[in-house]
Amino acid sequence: MLPHWLILSVSFGYLGLLFAVAYYGDKRADAGRSIISNPYIYTFSIAVYCTGWTFYGSVGRAAATGAGFLPIYLGPTLAALLWWLVLRKIIHLSKVFNITSIADFIASRFGKSMKIGGLVTIIAVVGIMPYISLQLKAISLSFNTLFHFHGIPQDSGFFVGEDTALYVALILAVFSILFGTRHIDVTERHEGMVAAIAFESLVKFLAFTAVGLFVTFSIYKGPANLYAEAMQVPELARLMQMDALPGGYATWFSLTFISMTAIMFLPRQFQVLVVENVNEDHVRTATWLFPLYLFAINLFVIPIAFAGVMQFAGANVDPDTLVLALPLMHGHNLLALFVFLGGLSAATGMVIVESIALSTMLSNDLLVPIMLRLKLLRTEAMGGVLLMLRRGCILGVLLLGYLYFRLIGESYALVTIGLVSFAAAAQFAPPILLGLYWKGASRTGALAGLAAGFVVWAYTLLLPSFAKSGWLPISLVDPGPFGISALGPYHLLNLTMFDPITHSVFWSMLFNVGFLVVVSLYDRPAGLDQLQAAVFVQGSRASDTGDTRLWHGTTRVADLMGLVARLIGVDRAERAFQAYAQQHRVQLNSDNVADATLLEFTERELAKTVGAASARVMMSSIIEGEALSIEGLMRIMDETSQVIEYSRQLEQKSRELEAATQELQRTNERLKELDVLKDDFVNTISHELRTPLTSIRALSEIVHDEVNMDPDERQRFLGIMVKETERLTRLVNQVLDFSKIESGAVRGIQEELDLADVTQEALAATSQLARDRDVTISSQLPSEPVRLIGDRDRLVQVIVNLLSNAIKYCDDQVGKVHLRLISDPDEVRMEVRDNGPGIRPEERERIFEKFHQLSDTVKGKPHGTGLGLAICKAIIQNHGGRIWVEDNFGGGSIFTFTLPRQAL
Amino acid sequence: MPESKRRNERLVALFVAALLALNFPLLSLASVMKQVWGIPVLYFYLFFVWAFIILASGLTLKRTRDPSGPAPEPPAGT
Repeated sequence: MLPHWLILSVSFGYLGLLFAVAYYGDKRADAGRSIISNPYIYTFSIAVYCTGWTFYGSVGRAAATGAGFLPIYLGPTLAALLWWLVLRKIIHLSKVFNITSIADFIASRFGKSMKIGGLVTIIAVVGIMPYISLQLKAISLSFNTLFHFHGIPQDSGFFVGEDTALYVALILAVFSILFGTRHIDVTERHEGMVAAIAFESLVKFLAFTAVGLFVTFSIYKGPANLYAEAMQVPELARLMQMDALPGGYATWFSLTFISMTAIMFLPRQFQVLVVENVNEDHVRTATWLFPLYLFAINLFVIPIAFAGVMQFAGANVDPDTLVLALPLMHGHNLLALFVFLGGLSAATGMVIVESIALSTMLSNDLLVPIMLRLKLLRTEAMGGVLLMLRRGCILGVLLLGYLYFRLIGESYALVTIGLVSFAAAAQFAPPILLGLYWKGASRTGALAGLAAGFVVWAYTLLLPSFAKSGWLPISLVDPGPFGISALGPYHLLNLTMFDPITHSVFWSMLFNVGFLVVVSLYDRPAGLDQLQAAVFVQGSRASDTGDTRLWHGTTRVADLMGLVARLIGVDRAERAFQAYAQQHRVQLNSDNVADATLLEFTERELAKTVGAASARVMMSSIIEGEALSIEGLMRIMDETSQVIEYSRQLEQKSRELEAATQELQRTNERLKELDVLKDDFVNTISHELRTPLTSIRALSEIVHDEVNMDPDERQRFLGIMVKETERLTRLVNQVLDFSKIESGAVRGIQEELDLADVTQEALAATSQLARDRDVTISSQLPSEPVRLIGDRDRLVQVIVNLLSNAIKYCDDQVGKVHLRLISDPDEVRMEVRDNGPGIRPEERERIFEKFHQLSDTVKGKPHGTGLGLAICKAIIQNHGGRIWVEDNFGGGSIFTFTLPRQAL
Repeated sequence: MPESKRRNERLVALFVAALLALNFPLLSLASVMKQVWGIPVLYFYLFFVWAFIILASGLTLKRTRDPSGPAPEPPAGT
C-alpha cells in the first residue's frame, strides 16, 4: 500500500511540474518564440477531449455495454473528416472578428447580438456543470481508490469523500486563475496553458497505455488469450455483440452524433480548436493525428474492462475504478501511481480549459454587457474590474460543478453524467452550422431555436437527474407530472423506444432546428444581422473589412484612444494606434474626427478584450449620434448589389459584342474573298467572251472584205465562226444555268431512273473527247440497275462534267480515268479517279466554289468558266447528296459524290 | 483551384462512407460470435474501419506540391 503522504506529494509535485511547463510556454511566447506553434502540440491540445471520462469511465462503460463506449470517439473521428472544410472556415472567421469564445462566435454570426451571446453562455454554464462535476468525481474516486485499497477488494466498496472533491475544486480554480487570467486580452493566446494541456495529453496517453500493456501482456499473455478466457464468462461473451448496448443502434447513432458536435462545440474544444489556434494549416495534421490519438488511447479499453471483470469476479468493485484497481491488486504500486497521475492529467486538463473558456464567456457575453447596460460598470474603470470578474467566474464555475457533484454525482456512473453535457453542447450545432451555410438563418430564429432546444434538454435530462437523486419527487419522472405519462421527461408523447439520452437528443434537436428554420423563414432580418450573415456564409477574405462604413459620428481620435487605453493600458493602446497609423499610412491627429475605418479598428481592439457584443455596446456609448445607421447600411448593401448587377450586365454585353464582332469579321473575310472571286470571274468571262468574239470579228471582216475569196477558205472560216459562236452560247448558258440551280428556282423533273444507265450515257458523251486526247477511260458498274429518283439530265451533266474535267487535266497518251459506281443499301456512291497532277489540299474545299478556278496548273491557263464544279455541287446538294475530292494514292485525285437512297 | 475542390469532395465522400460503415445496417453484419486472430469480429471490424479512416484522411490531406506555393487555401463554402 502507498503511504498517503507519498500520494499527496506526488500529486502536488505533478501540479508543480505543470506550472513549470505552463510558465515555460508563456516565457517562450513573450520572447516571441512560441512552442505551441506546431501542428503536433495543436493536436495534443485537442486531446483535452479525453477527460476523466475517457480515462476511468470508458472502462466502466465497456464493462457494462461492450463496444458501447466507442461512439464517443468514432463521432470525433467522423467530424474530423469535415474539419478541413468547416473548422477552417470557423477559425478564419474567428480571426477576422477576434472571437474569444463560442458564445462570441454565435453572437457575432447573428448580428453581434447580446441576447444570443448571453443565452449561449447560460446554456454552456448549466450544460457543462455536470461535466465538471464528473471530473471532480473522477479525481476523488481515484484518490480514494489509492487511499483505501489494501490489495484485496472490500465488499463495502469505495468511500467517496466529499471533502476531497472540494479541495480538488479549489486547487484547480487557483491553477486556472493563475494561467488563464494573466492578461485581460483574451485573443492573446494562453500559450502556457496550451503547452501544459498538450503535456497532460501525453502523460495520460502513456499512463493508460502502460496499464493496458500490463493487463494484456503481463496478466493475460496477449489479447487472444484474454479474449479466449473472456469467452468462457457468459456475461462477457454477451458483450462481444451489439445487443449488449441498451437502445441498440439508435443509441449508437445518437451517441455518434452528439460526440460529433461535442468535439467542436463544447466550450473547451472550441477554445483549443479555434481560439488557441495559431495557424489554420495545423488543421491538416490534426485531421488524421487526433483520430489516431483517440484510436490508440482506446485500444486497451476492452481488454482492461474484461480483465477487471474476470479478476474481481463477484467482488463489489466500481467498474469506473478498474484502471487503478488492477495494478494495485497485483501489487504494482508505482504503476498505479503513474496511472493515477494519468487520470489526474485527464481530469485537470479538462477542468482548467473548460473553466477558462466558461469564465471568458460569462464575463464577456453575459456580465459585462448587462453591467454596461445597467450602467453598473463605467468604461473608465473596466480594466481591473474585468480581471477580478473573470477570476470570480472561474471559481464560481468550479463551485457550481462541485455543487452538482454533491447533489447528483454519487448516483450516476461517469459516462452517464458526461453524456448529459454532450447533449447540451449539441444545441450549439444548429445555429453554427446552419449559420455558416445558410444566409437566411436569422437572429430571432437562432434565439428561438436555442431557447427551445435548451428547455427541452433541461426538462428531459437535467430535471430527471434531480428527481432521481431525491431532490424532486420521483413521480415527476415516472409516470410523469400530474400522473400524465405523455409528459414524462423520459418518454414525451409516450415515445418509449429510445434510451433517455437519445430521447432527449431527438426532441431537443427537433425543437432547436425546427424553431431556427421556421422562425428564420418568417423573419425579416435587417441591418447588421443581414450583413454578418452574408460575411459568415461567404467566409472569404474579401469581406474582412467587415462593417467599415457602419459607424458614423463625430467622435474625436483622442476619445477612441482613451477608451482603448482604459481597457488595456496607455502604453499598449498607443502602440496599437501607432501600428494602425503605420499600416494605413495616415497621420493620427488627436483632435480630428475619427473616420469609419478607425472606428471599426477600435471596435475590434475592444472586442479582443471584452468580446464582440460588449465592444458594440461600449462603442455605441461613446459615439455620438446614431451608432449604427440602418439606412446607411441598406444604402451600402443596395449600392453594392447594384454595382455587382450592373457590372454583371456589362460583362454579358461585352461578351455578346465580342461574339458579334467576330461573326462580322468572319463574314467580312468571306465577302472579300467572294469579291476577289467575282473580279476574277468577270475577268475570266470577259477574256472567254473576247477571245471567240475577236476571232469571229476578225474572220467575218476577212470574209466581208475579200470578195474574191477561195470558196474552200471561206467555208473553213465560216466553220470556225460557227464553232466560236457555239462556245459563246455554251458559256452564256452555263452562267444562266448555274444561277438558276443556285437560286433553286427551277426544280428539275423528278423521275425514277437507273443511275447505271445514266452513267453509260455520260460515258458515251465523253468518249469522243477521251479519244481526241488519247486518254483511257475504264468503268466499273454494278450489274443490276441502281434505282433512285432524280433529274436525269442534271445527273448526266454532273457525271459528264466530272469525266471531262478528269480527261482535261490528264496528260495526253498516258492519262487514265477510272469510274466506279458502288450501290450500298443506304446510298449510292460514285468515284471518278484520274492520274493527273492532283489538287493541293488547300484548294480542295474551294474548287467547289463558284468562280473558282484552278489557277496554277501545269497547263498554265485556266480551262473552263469556273462554274462546272459549282454546278455539280449545287445539283448533288439538290438531290440531298454530298460531293468532295480527295487524294488518289499514287498521284491524281478522286472526285466522289454520294446520293441517298431515300430519294427512291 | 480545382485540385483543392476535388480534395474537399473526397473528404465529404470519405465522411459519408465512414458514417455508413459505422452504423446500422452495415455494422450489424459484424455483430457475430466469431473471432479474427482471437479477437471478436465486432471489435476487430470497428478498429479496422477506424484505422482505415485515419489512413485515408491522412493520405487525402497530404501536402501536395502545389506550384502556386504554400499559400493556404481559402476556407470551404466560398
